[in-house]
Amino acid sequence: MTIALATEAPTFDLPGVDGQRHSLDDYADKPALAVVWSCNHCPYVQAWEGRMIRLQREFGDRGFELVAISSNDADAYPEDSFAAMKARASNEGFNFDYLYDEDQSVLAAYGAERTPEVFLFDRDRTLVYHGAIDDSREEENVTQEYLRDAIVAVLGDDSPAVNETPAVGCTVKRKP
Amino acid sequence: MEIEFLFWDGCPSHPEARQLLDDVLAERGLDVDVSVHEVFTQAEAEELRFPGSPTIRVDGRDVDPESSSARPALNCRIYRKPDGRPSPVPTREQLEAALS
Repeated sequence: MTIALATEAPTFDLPGVDGQRHSLDDYADKPALAVVWSCNHCPYVQAWEGRMIRLQREFGDRGFELVAISSNDADAYPEDSFAAMKARASNEGFNFDYLYDEDQSVLAAYGAERTPEVFLFDRDRTLVYHGAIDDSREEENVTQEYLRDAIVAVLGDDSPAVNETPAVGCTVKRKP
Repeated sequence: MEIEFLFWDGCPSHPEARQLLDDVLAERGLDVDVSVHEVFTQAEAEELRFPGSPTIRVDGRDVDPESSSARPALNCRIYRKPDGRPSPVPTREQLEAALS
């Protein structure tokens, strides 16, 4: 089941495409943390990836950190293997950590269902926004920048005006 | 003319693609029955050579031949817009070309 608003961030400790392990505690000094369920093969993720990069670029020096996690079953979807994740992060110039949840234990803790699906936590690691990055995969049609607005609110020690939206994307590929 | 529309319900793009197909058919005045197949299993995906959802074939030819040989799988199919951006649905231009 997906974690509810106001829930404390479940912990994780996962390998990243940079060859390092990354835990929730590693981001303890960040006033805003977005954990985004992601993957390689989904066209919805690919459509939004550029906006993920831009958000990290725009807000990174103000203490925002975006962490992408792929939990997809790489046996059934080899495009989402850890090796393929490393290649994609390099090819696309990811400026955020991209972690591999091979045993899907972190997926179970968060209850994500789609890629991309955002969980934004404030400085106390309380969930303050959950859902979509914005309201259209077509960048030119975006009218509501949900995640961006929520980041601005959190960095200003305020509450996002919108706390929850439906995540639109591929299903997370769970293991049988 | 024979049109097949194959989809997997785990990907949310099929209603949009079906609407786009219907729009293009209507614009061209084509009154054609669309044969709709829902794909449920990986075995079916392989049997139907289903490279992802949605897949549209006109007289047996995929509207996006370039990506039609991707590994059969229950996933969202990646199409490309003319500028190279990814999309989960084919472009209007691809459908128009396929129906020409």
